[in-house]
Amino acid sequence: MQVEEHLFRRESGRLVTALTRIFGLDNLALAEDVVQDAFCRALEVWKIRGVPDNPSAWLMATAKNRAIDVLRRQKTAQRCAPELERLFKSEWTLVPTVSGLFDPSVIKDDQLRMMFSCCDERLSQTSQVALVLHLLCGFSASEVAAAFLAGQAAMEKRLTRAKKVLSSSKHLFDLADREFAERLSSVQRAIYLLFNEGYQSASGEAATRVELCREAMRLAQALLDHPLSATGASHALCALLFLHAARLPGRVDAAGELLSLFDQDRARWDAGLIERGRRFLELSASSDELTEYHVEAAIAALHAAAQKVEETDWAGIVTCYDALLRLRPTPVVALNRAIAVAQAQGPSRGLEELERIPDSERLAGYPFYHAALGELERRRGALDIARGHFCTAHALAKNAAERRFLERRIEECSPEMSLTPVPAG
Amino acid sequence: MSEFVYLYRGGQRGASPEQSEQIMQKWVAWLKQLEDKGHMKDRGQPLESEGKVVKGDGKLITDGPYAESKDIVGGYTLVQAKDLTQAAELAKGCPIFDRGGLVEVRPVMEM
Repeated sequence: MQVEEHLFRRESGRLVTALTRIFGLDNLALAEDVVQDAFCRALEVWKIRGVPDNPSAWLMATAKNRAIDVLRRQKTAQRCAPELERLFKSEWTLVPTVSGLFDPSVIKDDQLRMMFSCCDERLSQTSQVALVLHLLCGFSASEVAAAFLAGQAAMEKRLTRAKKVLSSSKHLFDLADREFAERLSSVQRAIYLLFNEGYQSASGEAATRVELCREAMRLAQALLDHPLSATGASHALCALLFLHAARLPGRVDAAGELLSLFDQDRARWDAGLIERGRRFLELSASSDELTEYHVEAAIAALHAAAQKVEETDWAGIVTCYDALLRLRPTPVVALNRAIAVAQAQGPSRGLEELERIPDSERLAGYPFYHAALGELERRRGALDIARGHFCTAHALAKNAAERRFLERRIEECSPEMSLTPVPAG
Repeated sequence: MSEFVYLYRGGQRGASPEQSEQIMQKWVAWLKQLEDKGHMKDRGQPLESEGKVVKGDGKLITDGPYAESKDIVGGYTLVQAKDLTQAAELAKGCPIFDRGGLVEVRPVMEM
């Protein structure tokens, strides 16, 4: 029997959560140590005896036994979760109580509470996302650093600081807390950011980043498993992630190069994910609440509905962007709206909208802004101007795939190429 | 075919779960190919690094077995091979060498 890839990553989130519930959030470090230790011991045995048929169950049993050992040894040290202390003190109740906390449905609820704990408002959004990846998704500090394209030492420091903040409370976040609604929106935001982190550069050369998208989808679905967190916004978030994830296979061509939404082979979009995304979107209308996730998911659904770019309901998309702009009046949203206007009414109208964006200077460092200017100028036939914009975008691009994409555009706008401008619409 | 015991001595354990996972995969692959080639008699067992030593006339019990971690037997496997030379040759594939350990190859005494 071969062990699956990333076994530790998959299991550690559940085990760390169960042990944190047992030892208390203020003993997070102990919980992590016990999990690491249990895992390393299991591997020492497996390396000679071979991997058992159900490695997950073995790991869980090992972690459970280690937890009981720790509790017996530290009975007087009062290191465990306060509400459980009494039960842990008696040999009669110790083992059944610990076993109960390892029950899959209990772990599931506790993981949700852990996710809420990680999204503490005292932490920056980046730290919240890093903590979720580390504690719930089992990414090591170096893997989290790679996910954020950050240095390992800096990420270790960030995680250590963030864990210190968490351990100032003894309990995992209580879903009955009166701050629940606020915290829920932080959790949704963190999941959204995690997905974006993976999606923005999920190209062939960075396949690991697709894993970030998958983790975000898993966490978002976990919100739907609990009646308190299964709100309209949570459904809308799921819809958004699934509809976007459906496009992942089409985002790169056979050579691993990034393709724009306009050039993608839509046959490669994942029909199953689109269907599930649509279903989530229907369920998201269960309340009156209208969030950014609802609108963004609606836009993604309109794209998904078009078999070809030309069949896209651009007027509908512009209407959605109008709504999004009211909910989130940022230059980036205005930029996307202008692109939709250009599709609906031609590149000149799009350029007018781009010029009209208030605070457009905030977009100066954003490569997609210059790429959009270049694209619309190119379609208008102003190749020289377009080329300049693409060059600016190229200088600002954040990864190699983006740069290569822009290099192709720059080449297409170069004087020696006699390209017919693409007709508007 | 004669029988031999591989005694695994020393060899650092993985520093992180991911690293331990990689080390384990290599061991699993190595032992599997010994098995596939018909050399495996008994996979044996891994051993804890702690233990006690009982010795002398006074049967004195001390913590042991060795002070040096590089000498500690971390596990054993029973294999079968044509002769000691072949048994030693087969041991060369053991992943313990990546981690600074060694394999002691000892023939099982025959009557």
